[in-house]
Amino acid sequence: MNNVMAKFDMDELLNCMHCGFCLPTCPTYQQTGLETFSPRGRIGLMKGVAQGKLPLDETFEKNMYACLGCRACETACPAGVRYGRLIETAREVIEDYKRATGQRSAVRRSVVRKVMFKQVFMRPKMLKAIGTVLWALQAIGLQRFADKTGLIRILPRSMAEMQEAVDKVASPRARQARQKSIAPVSVAADAAVGNGAGSVVESETRPVAGLGAASPAAEPRRTYETVWSRPLRIGMFTGCIMDLMFYETNQSTARLLAKAGCEVVFIEQEACCGALHAHSGEKSDAVSLAKRNIEAFERANVDLVVNNAGGCGAALKEYDDWLKDDAEWAYRAKRFVEKVRDISELLVDLPPLKFTKSLNARVTYQDSCHLAHGQGVRRQPRALIRSIPGVEYVELPFADSCCGSAGIYNITNFDMSMQILDDKMKHVKETKPDIVVTANPGCLLQMKKGILRAGLEDQIEAVHIVDLLNRVVD
Amino acid sequence: MIDARLVERLVDIVGPKWVLRDSNELHVYSFDATPIVQAFPDVVVMPGSTAEVAEVLKLANDHGIPVIPRGSGTNLAGGTIPVQGGIVLNMTRMNQIYEVDEKNLTATVGPGVVTGEFHKTVEAKGLFYPPDPGSMRISTIGGNVAQCAGGMRGLKYGVTKDYVIGLEYVLPNGQILRCGGKNYKDVAGYDLTRLLVGSEGTLAVITELTLKLLPLPETKRTLSVFCTSLVDAARIVERTISARIIPATMEFLDQATMRVVDDFSHLGLPRDVAAMLLIEQDGPEEQVVRDVERIVQIARSEGAVDVQMAKTPEESAKLMTARRAALAALSRLRPTTILEDATVPRSRLAEMVEAIIRISEKYQVQICTFGHAGDGNLHPTCMTDERDEAEIARVEQAFEEIFATALSLGGTITGEHGVGMTKMKYLSQRVGEGGIELMQAIKAAFDPNGILNPGKVVAKAFRPRMVVRQP
Repeated sequence: MNNVMAKFDMDELLNCMHCGFCLPTCPTYQQTGLETFSPRGRIGLMKGVAQGKLPLDETFEKNMYACLGCRACETACPAGVRYGRLIETAREVIEDYKRATGQRSAVRRSVVRKVMFKQVFMRPKMLKAIGTVLWALQAIGLQRFADKTGLIRILPRSMAEMQEAVDKVASPRARQARQKSIAPVSVAADAAVGNGAGSVVESETRPVAGLGAASPAAEPRRTYETVWSRPLRIGMFTGCIMDLMFYETNQSTARLLAKAGCEVVFIEQEACCGALHAHSGEKSDAVSLAKRNIEAFERANVDLVVNNAGGCGAALKEYDDWLKDDAEWAYRAKRFVEKVRDISELLVDLPPLKFTKSLNARVTYQDSCHLAHGQGVRRQPRALIRSIPGVEYVELPFADSCCGSAGIYNITNFDMSMQILDDKMKHVKETKPDIVVTANPGCLLQMKKGILRAGLEDQIEAVHIVDLLNRVVD
Repeated sequence: MIDARLVERLVDIVGPKWVLRDSNELHVYSFDATPIVQAFPDVVVMPGSTAEVAEVLKLANDHGIPVIPRGSGTNLAGGTIPVQGGIVLNMTRMNQIYEVDEKNLTATVGPGVVTGEFHKTVEAKGLFYPPDPGSMRISTIGGNVAQCAGGMRGLKYGVTKDYVIGLEYVLPNGQILRCGGKNYKDVAGYDLTRLLVGSEGTLAVITELTLKLLPLPETKRTLSVFCTSLVDAARIVERTISARIIPATMEFLDQATMRVVDDFSHLGLPRDVAAMLLIEQDGPEEQVVRDVERIVQIARSEGAVDVQMAKTPEESAKLMTARRAALAALSRLRPTTILEDATVPRSRLAEMVEAIIRISEKYQVQICTFGHAGDGNLHPTCMTDERDEAEIARVEQAFEEIFATALSLGGTITGEHGVGMTKMKYLSQRVGEGGIELMQAIKAAFDPNGILNPGKVVAKAFRPRMVVRQP
């Protein structure tokens, strides 16, 4: 029991001075107006449990899992409290404690958890199998049939609700046809920078997610200079949900990078990034996934590891923190983290994309929380959207406030998630965009769902930033 | 002390959703922004209307149950800590802006309106509500009024009490009363409005407020002035005001504060100067330009090493926001941060700042100072660790000496945070035994059973800074 509690970082908990600056930025506090749903309240509860003033019980568990984990509070916190880590630790303590005392989770979450964490996300093959089943269901129209007949109700309500936002997934044949590597498209003729790409020279160190990212001004700035004559070799981190639901977006990402002069390789042994595990208190699983990825990408001998999912990216950039106390892995993790880039982060530093079409549309951008608050990447996706000929860019009010997707939050805390989404859609509606751009699969699904809920499917479309760029680049 | 039947009655009054009492709910309302102090309520009630407030108060009064009104819980003197348990009456649901009266230049609001949101609303109509406490993005108007919150514009515009002209309030016996209104002039009887402003929830529960508004100043300019000595900074403040210029804001930051603020805000502040002044003037363009030029002259002639003018409104806003974050940014240095608000007449500012430095050395504690130099309201802030009892004892001694020094310079123990529970032991030194007795008699007239925020301000016994009660 004491061992379990020792995981709480007391110094970090005390760093919170309960000033309340986090309250206006916390989506769940904004919804409820209750301190139990605020970052400062949750930290107070963690402190209470760590000090033995509060029992580690179901009430505490419920409150810790009511947090989206969007980390907007980290951006707002002047004291630099690393809330993301605190909430992950709290959940880890809860799960450890339950294992140690043989308790079980609330039923619904336990089913979701077991299937998701122990089976699906630990095994890439399982994900592929799910992709095939989903494709088959869609192909024979069973999804609509299940929807119409009410057969869908055998799923938990939250999953049944969310499935309507799912687009057509790629067929098994399409998946099999994926090339292992994509060669760079020659851009030498019109690229401003030497051969178009080269090795990477960093003039400033990238802020470690959750540390430097706590301040809004800490946007990473780098210069890429051509040192070698060979193109950048990019390891494509495809992600599980991303590759399952948005296979084509991954393919487009690789194509865009190739057009920007990079060589792109897909890594057979890639594992889930471990974000969902870490967010849900399954830290040891997260760590073993991290090791698998570090090893796989080391073997592929890539210059950079690129992803297009804000949630995965933030986790990948935290591997050094997860493994900091592991003598064998700490250095390898650090090396790995130095190579991780979000697609937008990299694209703005590569020679400009050659647009072949224009897009006459009013476009807005919904931040991915873990891209904005977790990685400090805000400027780059906006700059890319603005650079598209014909686009009228409009800033979405409260763009960096969570849409309510938050990993599996919209499955586990469906009602709260939908309240947050409905508020988000009010701002979207006021902004009157033709297209809402996102940079993470969870956000993309959630925004699609939001558009359906608001009855705006004839007016607004939700698109991943890569797919948007792909429309205007031949 | 609160049995199931009473809880049922509370549920009948406000509805089940707004009566909170599980272990976690009680825990998160056991603290506010004050370090170290903590005590647990028996129940948290969130009323939605004046009528509900009245019924809750009447019930509590009949049963002798303490009631602690609370807004967003940003108090820094333990004002909303339920030291004797009872009901925390959370007023945040009453957050409606009922009216912005552009003819009379007043606004009528519920106590739960967040001050920053109120600013946005009136400024959109070209109007201005000057009080701007550091917590304004979070804190409520009701809380600001209960504490008579100050802020950075106090020098030119005064503080919360100068903008409250009417109140609706509920007495512990459930009686709903009004005082003041939209009249700028009103001498009908005692000025109960002024009395209730800053009464820290010990006299009545405020349920509606009528506030005075000004036209929004046409323009503003922000200056940063850097000095190699604290005395230079203090002299620049004095000389500016004696030159008959009243800037909207004159903020003071010492070196240590500048460094942490810069770490948070990345403003690129110089790290080798002793102090900086953040000066803002607002008003008609022509006058602002004239004043700012004059201030730059004064600053240079009084030894400022550098004077910079913010180039854009965004840059100004960034500077002011950074200053607002000073307290929380300081908390990065050590686990526990204790902020006080000793205040002296403006002309004694340099003496006070030097005394604080001397005292921090004497007791071997780390104290940074920033604050509202223009109105002599300083924020000596101590970075410590609540787990180190010996150090906390030295911190207490240091603050005791700081308050004594402030009083000897003709100052006061608290400029804008209130007495709450943490400054009760110094109150008699400021207002005298006679003053305390009179205040106690006033309290008894409003609240004969002593149910409203007991153990605060003028209570008969005080408690040191510590965890006082567990459930």
